[in-house]
Amino acid sequence: MQPDSLSFIFLNAFLINNFVLSMFLGLCPFLGVSGKISTAWNMGLAVIFVMFVSSTCAYGINALLVRFNLEFLRLICYIAVIASAVQLVEMAIKKISPALFRTLGIFLPLITTNCAILGLALFQTFRDYSFVQCLAFSAGAGGGFTLALLLMAGLREKLDLADVPDVSMGAALSLMLAGLLSLAFMGFAGLGG
Amino acid sequence: MLEHNPHIRLRTSPHIRVPQSVDTIMRHVVYALLPVCAFAIWQFGLSAIALLVVCVAVCMATEQVCCKLAGRPSTLSDWSVVITGILLALCLPPGFPLWMAAVASIFAVAVGKSFFGGLGYNVMNPALVGRAFAQAAFTVPITTWTPSMVAGRFSSFIPTTLTPPFLKPEPIADWAAQLSDGFTGATPLALMKFQGIQTDAMELFIGTTAGSYGETSALLILLCGLYLVVRRMMSWQIPVSMLGTAFLTSWAFYLLDSTAYPTPWFTLVSGGLMLGAVFMATDMVASPVTPLGIWIYGAFMGFVTVIIRLFGGLPEGVMYAILLGNAISPLISRVTQPRIFGEAKPKPAAS
Repeated sequence: MQPDSLSFIFLNAFLINNFVLSMFLGLCPFLGVSGKISTAWNMGLAVIFVMFVSSTCAYGINALLVRFNLEFLRLICYIAVIASAVQLVEMAIKKISPALFRTLGIFLPLITTNCAILGLALFQTFRDYSFVQCLAFSAGAGGGFTLALLLMAGLREKLDLADVPDVSMGAALSLMLAGLLSLAFMGFAGLGG
Repeated sequence: MLEHNPHIRLRTSPHIRVPQSVDTIMRHVVYALLPVCAFAIWQFGLSAIALLVVCVAVCMATEQVCCKLAGRPSTLSDWSVVITGILLALCLPPGFPLWMAAVASIFAVAVGKSFFGGLGYNVMNPALVGRAFAQAAFTVPITTWTPSMVAGRFSSFIPTTLTPPFLKPEPIADWAAQLSDGFTGATPLALMKFQGIQTDAMELFIGTTAGSYGETSALLILLCGLYLVVRRMMSWQIPVSMLGTAFLTSWAFYLLDSTAYPTPWFTLVSGGLMLGAVFMATDMVASPVTPLGIWIYGAFMGFVTVIIRLFGGLPEGVMYAILLGNAISPLISRVTQPRIFGEAKPKPAAS
């Protein structure tokens, strides 16, 4: 596959360089909201949505900043613009579709300034993706995040009733599961290359 | 005087009692693995014996220590940890340094199993967790291969086996080259992937090729698996669906381009696919529990194996395919949950 083809960009962000399991970005929502499959799914949808918003915004701002030779302001602009754009969209959703807001609503503020979201914006800038490539990249990254979250939630639900020794209760268990999942994802290294 | 002696004994059900418990099943899995071990020893000699002994002993010791630390009764007697040790040893390459094998064994049992509460709660196959850890930590030794059937294999070790702890093993290419002419230090899968040379499928089936200790003879592994299936101690669905899917997927690619992709028979008998499908994917704890779920689980692993082999960076993908299968199995169980008998179909939610 061509390294800049849309399918490769998607696959790369989805499996090979999964944001959570091989680049270790966005670990706080990954550990925090992976207790139940249903919440994990909603969180995943929210992340996909925010990734699209952030990718679109970042593409626009970058064009503007490059135009005025203000690249050094990139980081702070990204944070401010992405966070406020998500807040605006959240308000709009609350007004237009309360049902959707109840599903996604509580998760949106949690992830607006998350490192996975900012990472996505920075990666796409450094790799000089075109707008369509950016969309493919954010779809892959969001999908990969959801996949990791669902796998983790499945395992954690399975272990809910396990007779876990005292040392490995709680956070230790989650971190170790994340590590094992990450080991398993190493198998995708070099896929399609 | 006739004594009252009834000829009919009255008993309540169940009338047929099979004393099948966890340790019986596990013991029979160990029996089924013994021929594979014997073949490995015959092929690779002293080094195979040493590695098997070290892996099993370290696994058992780790289990004992972990039980003690957790303040629980020892679980050594359920035989499951012996299986972990044997499987780990069988999927390591010949001449793998013993100290590294010991580290992998400790990781496999302590992190892969005891950490989650012991047998019954391990989310992934412990032996494969150990193998994946070794693959990540010791990349060079675990991809160094030596020829099988070396002449002096019962009198001397493969040189790298006895590497002192915490040292890197010496390069072994010269030693291997002088023993067997034209040996390039590659397994049939690596030859196929990087040089496009396809080994004869029949040779692979019988098992006289290079490869990990226990993965070489597909025939022997199948026979041992058959024993377990006949004794009803292993589900036959998982290996059948995994091998079947791997065969079909690779057949599809072979039909697309028969020069670039290997024949389906080669896929089936090469590498660790047979060992993985028969003895590792069938791990009772880490596979789904629903009847439809285990078919999907097997098919998923077969498919991922072929995809990683054909398009991935590594020549072999069985280990990762099984780990991913283990990871996804709770989701599969959940999606394929059968309807409770008598339960009404869920109505579509009012929107």
